[in-house]
Amino acid sequence: MSAESKKVLYGLYNDEEELKSAVKTARQGHLDIMDVYSPFPVHGLDPILGLSESRLHILGFVYGATGALFGFLFMSWALAKDWPILFGGKPYWPVPSFIPITFEMTVLFAAWGMTITFYTICGMWPGVKAKILDNRISDDKFCIAFDVTEAEQRSMSQLKDFFKKTGAAEVHEKTL
Amino acid sequence: MSHPVAPVRHVLIEGNKSYHQISEDLSVPTERAPSREWILAFSVASAFTALYVFAVVWTIWKGIGEWGTNRTINWAWDITNFVWWIGIGHAGTLISAILLLFRQRWRTGVNRAAEAMTIFAVICAGQFPLIHMGRLWLAFFIFPFPNTRGPLWVNFNSPLLWDVFAISTYFSVSVLFWYTGLVPDLATVRDRAVGFRKKMYEIFSFGWTGSAKHWQRWESLSLILAGLSTPLVLSVHTIVSFDFATSVIPGWHTTIFPPYFVAGAIFSGFAMVQTLMVITRKVLKLEEYITINHIDSMNKVIVLTGTIVGVAYLTELFIAWYSGYIYEQFAFYNRVFGIYWWAYFGMMFCNVVSPQLFWSRRIRRSIWWTFFLSIVVNIGMWFERFVIIATTLARDYLPSSWSYYRPTWVEISIFTGTIGLFFFLFMIFTRLAPVVAIAEVKAILKVAGDQYIGPKARKEKQQQAEQVAEKQQEKL
Repeated sequence: MSAESKKVLYGLYNDEEELKSAVKTARQGHLDIMDVYSPFPVHGLDPILGLSESRLHILGFVYGATGALFGFLFMSWALAKDWPILFGGKPYWPVPSFIPITFEMTVLFAAWGMTITFYTICGMWPGVKAKILDNRISDDKFCIAFDVTEAEQRSMSQLKDFFKKTGAAEVHEKTL
Repeated sequence: MSHPVAPVRHVLIEGNKSYHQISEDLSVPTERAPSREWILAFSVASAFTALYVFAVVWTIWKGIGEWGTNRTINWAWDITNFVWWIGIGHAGTLISAILLLFRQRWRTGVNRAAEAMTIFAVICAGQFPLIHMGRLWLAFFIFPFPNTRGPLWVNFNSPLLWDVFAISTYFSVSVLFWYTGLVPDLATVRDRAVGFRKKMYEIFSFGWTGSAKHWQRWESLSLILAGLSTPLVLSVHTIVSFDFATSVIPGWHTTIFPPYFVAGAIFSGFAMVQTLMVITRKVLKLEEYITINHIDSMNKVIVLTGTIVGVAYLTELFIAWYSGYIYEQFAFYNRVFGIYWWAYFGMMFCNVVSPQLFWSRRIRRSIWWTFFLSIVVNIGMWFERFVIIATTLARDYLPSSWSYYRPTWVEISIFTGTIGLFFFLFMIFTRLAPVVAIAEVKAILKVAGDQYIGPKARKEKQQQAEQVAEKQQEKL
């Protein structure tokens, strides 16, 4: 994402089905969609838009495995190596009683790791100012946006035609 | 435009809502000035919170001797209240996580409030072990941190230490799950707000835009957090039950404890959700989002888990008899007919008998019955923990040290104070954030709204068809 300002042409639709068919039309017409915004997750949109599946869950596994290893190895080191203590005649390395904490550490690491990753890759954090095209996008409008910073007059009219044809309720231009 | 749906599905959103109307209805409680009822209730909750603070300061200032616990009954109200609150918290995770995995759409009406309830209940629960430590300022000793005493590590074999890890993990993961779900709705509130409130919600909503990729990741994250929370919630109450089950006290040392505690936790948690929701939907006018169908579904969970708990009680008694072990037999005889017999029969009545009324559809769908029985169930579940803890300890190995326990005003104040604290936090929450998940309700509108399914939709369709037929007749 560049820090320079962008000129954006966007159309607002009233229904998610209209949005989906519009996105389909845009993809067929090889129009380069900048982004699609909606007030709730629209199911079935991702394949039409050409978004690949999120890889967040793979990272979740990695974080969880890290947590499990860290928890288990730390407890083993602390109780069996660093300061061995005999608790009630049990072995110095009581593996079964490490299971609960190992599990908790797995969940803790996976959950925190994934959540922090999610906010980082989405560029979201307290104090980030959202680049909002229209206040109603979080209410009841579904939006398709095109980056028209370097667009010529001809392609602008092509995009406007597209919005008209696909039934956009409103079309606006905004500099982000 | 929407695909046809099976007629067996329940209507979950009433009142022919549009997307805009949903944002409007659900954001407004955070926008308008508090009602007189809210202020009154908040004052009462604040007063009890103040009582709580006073009683805790009193305990720490004077020492644990101010409580009714003694050498024989060294665990009583504190751990009873701890387990009770933790159990209440579990329904929130069950609704938000397990019902998400099972794709139960009715969760969307209640999940936000139930998750908030989880967090506040865990906050209340956490107070008790901390206060019972006596020297509260040394509470950090429970964590394994490098120290100058060796370093001397904590005992990783102890179920009490497992509890530390389980509860703190549970609390922090619940907060993450709840807040991540809340971010898009805070953005909705932000986009409606002006002035200082807008600034505030800009910070809280982390710069959410509603981009398709963000939604995709958000759904992926929610699903995996749900998948993690499901075994987590089971592990937490399993570990809480290990506090008792791994001991060698007759009456505690039983393998049935983990499943029985988990079922009891869900049971009491759903009862608390009902208590809260029945009030919340009325005060915030959310009857069209938290419908009778939601209440009905939750009552079904209550009757199921209540029956599981009942079976567990009877199994315990049977196994005690069948074991042929006189100490175990005495522990259970004492539990039923001993000095605390009233607590046992109170528990049996409230937890096993009373929820059976929910087999009746009329009672299940009655607001007043639901509210009344939800409170009865919570009293019963409190008795259950008290029965397990105090009765067992009161008659220990040596008859010479048998004792009786009565709470002092300090313990009663701390307990009623945490109830005040719970409502105090919940009422602040209803003022700051949407109590019903706006985005999730919008996402199910077309499969659960009454203009799309149910008798109203059918009637509308019929009317349309009749109009068309009439027009055709006129033409002829």
